[in-house]
Amino acid sequence: MTETRLTPLHAEHVALGATLVPFAGWSMPLRYSSDVAEHTAVRTAAGLFDLSHMGEIGVVGPGAAAFLDYALVGNLSGLRVLGARYTMVCAEDGGVLDDLIVYRLADEAFMVVANAANHDAVLAALRERADGFDVTVSDDSAGTALIAVQGPAALSVVRALDGWEVLDGDDLAALKYYACLRIGCAGRPGWLARTGYTGEDGFEFFLASDLAPELWRALMAAGESHGLVPAGLAARDSLRLEAGMPLYGHELDRTTNPQDAGLGRVVRLDKTDAQGRPLPFVGRAALESRAHSPGARRLVGLRGLGRRAARAGYPVLASAAPGAPQIGQVTSGAPSPTLGYPIAMAYVTPERSAEGTELAVDVRGRPEPVRVVPLPFYHRPR
Amino acid sequence: MANLPADLKYTAEHEWLREGSPATVGITDVAAQALGDIVYLELPEVGAAVAAGAVVGEIESTKSVSELFSPVSGTVAEVNTAAVDDPSLVNADPYGDGWLFRIEVTGTGDLLDADAYAALG
Repeated sequence: MTETRLTPLHAEHVALGATLVPFAGWSMPLRYSSDVAEHTAVRTAAGLFDLSHMGEIGVVGPGAAAFLDYALVGNLSGLRVLGARYTMVCAEDGGVLDDLIVYRLADEAFMVVANAANHDAVLAALRERADGFDVTVSDDSAGTALIAVQGPAALSVVRALDGWEVLDGDDLAALKYYACLRIGCAGRPGWLARTGYTGEDGFEFFLASDLAPELWRALMAAGESHGLVPAGLAARDSLRLEAGMPLYGHELDRTTNPQDAGLGRVVRLDKTDAQGRPLPFVGRAALESRAHSPGARRLVGLRGLGRRAARAGYPVLASAAPGAPQIGQVTSGAPSPTLGYPIAMAYVTPERSAEGTELAVDVRGRPEPVRVVPLPFYHRPR
Repeated sequence: MANLPADLKYTAEHEWLREGSPATVGITDVAAQALGDIVYLELPEVGAAVAAGAVVGEIESTKSVSELFSPVSGTVAEVNTAAVDDPSLVNADPYGDGWLFRIEVTGTGDLLDADAYAALG
């Protein structure tokens, strides 16, 4: 891929003075003003995100549910209509090709949302696996925009949307986490989901690309009195890290299986056919054997006890003592804007992964003490 | 356009130097903006002898971290403890309240004027 793609909201980002950076082949806003201000706005009020780079793949047909049960590790036939599920697509050896959110739009229609960087790989895997199923796999990414409103004020912001026949307020408040609803956007269909990647309450709008600028501006206007600000990829990354959510390319990759990442729950070894027999799915054998073994490494949360933050790729050491052996590697790390101390996720050997274990991270040649803590680092107040 | 005061000297590593006795060192507006919100500063010890081009500290933002190089050789005379306590000063006023340390200069390094620094792009 040589050409940098622009989202339908590119002109909005430019007008807002965003710092644009290349990301997975797209030009995306890194920040509009300040990473920390945008992060804090999402924790205390609301943030507006352009996620139109994400891939939307349609899976439609009488065999759609059975197909997804085979192609993905989750139990998608068990997903209720208008429900959403976090799941993964794995290779035959159990390695993660991508983590996904799948929405069941109708009994025989699903929308698979893939990471931008993995969009082509997911599409190829789904098409290859569709052989023999009565299903159509369509790439709907180019025509679909995704706009997220995240934060404690998200409900108020979406309620205040003016001139959009979204929903009445009662329907909106009743929309549950990990559920979606069909909405009208200027007379054309779209989807509103209560999902996100920030650890806060929030909504995601899927709609036709050409309508995106109008919705973006309407949300900006609706959010003005609620403290909503546009938020970039920098804030998105620090928010998801605090929320202990994996990022593909960091906590997950082709050499990682879901269990390594502590996400064994998404692998539904218990899914069965109508006769109650175990249902075959891609990766089943490898993931079943991994489920019964301790594994070589485990994903943990690390709280920095000093001030210097561990960053992705830094070695995790058994202790801060000179010559301490390496026992793992940091996958993501940053100073936490909300908590005020450094946080990181890392893969470590299972015997050094218990909560409370004191370890160290080699931060540019100097060991910094860290402690294993439970994930997520941050829980939103309820 | 980048804000580059003409009375300062610059390094290719994005420090600025205001000559004087002692001289004052900080990072440029360009560098501060590229880092994003600075949340932690590690500065040299007062009294430390440092060499031009040596790593003397770290500047950490939520998004990334950058090493701080001394533009000149000399002895550290003072560090900006206000900026250590509130690193956002570096973003807000990189050439003023966001200065980093002062140094009694004994030898200079490779310094650029504003035009030459700007030409580095």
